[in-house]
Amino acid sequence: MTTQEWKFTAKDIAAKPDLFLSGHRACAGCAPVSVLRLVMKATRGPTIVTQATGCMEIVGSIYPYTSWALPWLHTAFENAAANASGIDAAIKIMRKKGKIKDEYVDVIAIAGDGGTLDIGLQALSGAVERGHDFLFVLYDNEGYMNTGIQRSSSTPIGASTTTSPAGSVIPGKLEKKKPITEIMLAHEMEYVATATPYYWKDLITKVRKGLEVEGPAFLHVFAPCPRGWRSDPAKSMEYSKLSVETCVFPIWEAVNGKRQLSTPSKVISLAPQKKKPVKAYLEGQGRFRHLFTPQNAHIIEEIQRSTDERWEKLLQKCASGAT
Amino acid sequence: MSNKEKTWKEISIAGVPPKSSIGFLTGDWKTYMPIRDLEKCTICLTCVMLCPEGAIAFLPEKNKIQIDLGFCKGCGICANECPTKAITMKMPEEEE
Amino acid sequence: MEHQIKRDTVAMNGDEAVAFAVKQCDVDVVAAYPITPQTIIVEKFSEYVANGEVQTQYVCTESEHSAMTACLAAAAAGARTFTASASAGLALMHEMLFVTSGSRVPVVMAVANRALSAPLNIHGDHSDAMAERDSGWIQIYVENAQEAYDSIIQAFKIAEDTTISIPLMVCLDGFTISHTLERVDILPDDLVKHYVGERGYPMVLTHEGKTVPFKLDPANPMTMGPNALQNYYFEFKRQQEEAMKHALKRIREINSEYAKISGRGYGNGLVDKYQLDDAEIAIVVLGSTAGTLKVIVDQLRQEGIKAGVLRIRSFRPFPVEDVIHALKDVKAVAVMDKSMSPGGLGAAVFSEVRNALYDSKQRPILVNYIFGLGGRDNSPRDLRKVYEDLLHIARTGQAEKAVNYLGLRE
Repeated sequence: MTTQEWKFTAKDIAAKPDLFLSGHRACAGCAPVSVLRLVMKATRGPTIVTQATGCMEIVGSIYPYTSWALPWLHTAFENAAANASGIDAAIKIMRKKGKIKDEYVDVIAIAGDGGTLDIGLQALSGAVERGHDFLFVLYDNEGYMNTGIQRSSSTPIGASTTTSPAGSVIPGKLEKKKPITEIMLAHEMEYVATATPYYWKDLITKVRKGLEVEGPAFLHVFAPCPRGWRSDPAKSMEYSKLSVETCVFPIWEAVNGKRQLSTPSKVISLAPQKKKPVKAYLEGQGRFRHLFTPQNAHIIEEIQRSTDERWEKLLQKCASGAT
Repeated sequence: MSNKEKTWKEISIAGVPPKSSIGFLTGDWKTYMPIRDLEKCTICLTCVMLCPEGAIAFLPEKNKIQIDLGFCKGCGICANECPTKAITMKMPEEEE
Repeated sequence: MEHQIKRDTVAMNGDEAVAFAVKQCDVDVVAAYPITPQTIIVEKFSEYVANGEVQTQYVCTESEHSAMTACLAAAAAGARTFTASASAGLALMHEMLFVTSGSRVPVVMAVANRALSAPLNIHGDHSDAMAERDSGWIQIYVENAQEAYDSIIQAFKIAEDTTISIPLMVCLDGFTISHTLERVDILPDDLVKHYVGERGYPMVLTHEGKTVPFKLDPANPMTMGPNALQNYYFEFKRQQEEAMKHALKRIREINSEYAKISGRGYGNGLVDKYQLDDAEIAIVVLGSTAGTLKVIVDQLRQEGIKAGVLRIRSFRPFPVEDVIHALKDVKAVAVMDKSMSPGGLGAAVFSEVRNALYDSKQRPILVNYIFGLGGRDNSPRDLRKVYEDLLHIARTGQAEKAVNYLGLRE
């Protein structure tokens, strides 16, 4: 990673032509698709993008149209990191043999939470262990939205999905969200970070940092899905913001294992009174509607308790400099 | 299937798309459309950054913002996030 | 001609012969995962990498699924790529085999054929590759280590031909070929490198309105692996069939071209006929069994029995015309399968041959022998028994059973 941090203004970014183009077929108010646009705004030169099967892969590549202005490859669902491995290997050897003249070619792999935490975890772990030079971007909308809102291991406690429906006996998903960034940090990666598109400047900066790493980098981007969350499409960015303000999804980065809160989360750590209750984030989302009943009130309490606990642990990790 | 669609002999292999989605307008998906109050707009670019459609362009040479209704799906994120409340979502007939 | 050909003779098993050929073909990326009986290929190749004998990026993936994916992606990025697998490994690749052929990238793979579980069995049969019959890959089955070596070199020429651009698997019988030390004549490195040449790319029209080489290139961006809906998917599948038709032609041509530089050819490249011209009885088979059958045919001929062998070298594309032509004057034919299709009428090769002969006005009585599953050894005596059965069928004009099991305890 370069020591000189990339400086940019909003106007620089706004004026940079989109590399993920308009005319895609994402739902109105889709935050993951904003993530794609913003990630592409951070590219620094020749770049190849590869995607796992999923909403964000479908919406931009329906033949005979493409929304990708960059070279782009999709092969299957569980293997975005293996695609990146193959592309990285090809670039390395072809540069050595003089078949590629570019000084570098950045590789970005993009997958949803299903393609990262569940079916894609093996390929991701393997590619990171092998040290391929790529940035893996997880857009986390907390479920299998492309196939009609099924539970993933990233779906949070209490959320109702079509395979963890809120019933009369079981109140939605019972299990915790899989701590994917902790798993990636355990791989001793040079760069692991979290982001969410409301804080677009932070997101773009982190993408660029991830690209500058020589080796694998991992970026976990929290991205509200109005269709799957049964929320108002106009409020996708508001939920993105609320996820940080309630500490449901704090944003931070870890460079060589040293973890540091990013400004919006740091502000809350310095002024804890600014931390909003999780209710502010949960209400308005249809997937949590069943929790706002007397018999399920304890689940909201549990979400608040576990959110606070994770936040405290994160603060300790940041303070101690440990991963 | 219409006659405009090509035969297997006429198209490139492996499904390489021959068209950019810039040619696929999604503007007719919308119910509400964003209306800007130019006096309130400070060109802060929040809407440009957060529009999922890339339908709000910043024109640096004119220092202006332009909404492309050909792509706008009417989600209302721009109106919800605008710090000066310079954008409101309206039914097209309300506007007329 | 023969004396002008420079050659060295070495002792190698089939896996080593494959690894050596890959080394000579200047492959850019090898991504693989070890599995018996293919493992010697990747071990040997790793040695070449470790000793700087090749300029290849070797990726030890965490699974065969990722191995095939990485090969696909590397080939999409423009690299010449190779992998090897077998049995459960090939089965784990199943999804990606279809994606690779549908993505039209010319990955070359060696398959050291092995039985599929369960029960677990590491020995040779054709269950693994036959299960991938419809995956859109070219399938070449070889008879011995020499042919494994030659076929790998030819494979890059065939798969990378810009009118074809589909992946190709060279199938060698597990253990019988993969692990058996044989005499192999090898060509000089520079001759192979020159013969195989640089990888070419088909031209495609992109969203920028440009017609450019088919690869991931930041200078000429294109979208690879999109979604094609009901309105276009079918057209792309039809294109794959056309590529197979080109392959049928090029496999023949490359067999002849290669014979000029090596002095070796395998029939017409698609089928290898042995003593078939006047044969009254014949066996159709894939792979190493043909070697044993040829010896038996020689014995039978000495006894005055007009027996022959038709070895199918290219199973995909299937050489329909060559099979019809080769068998039209034969009275009784046994098709031998080293795989099963439980519940079907015989196994894969039998179905294919029977299908090909259906429209032929003149056709032999056809029977199926399923044999050698899980590495079950078939002695020359067993194989001779098949010819004896055929003699009886030819004389009586009828077969008792369409499907028979050879070497099975009944």
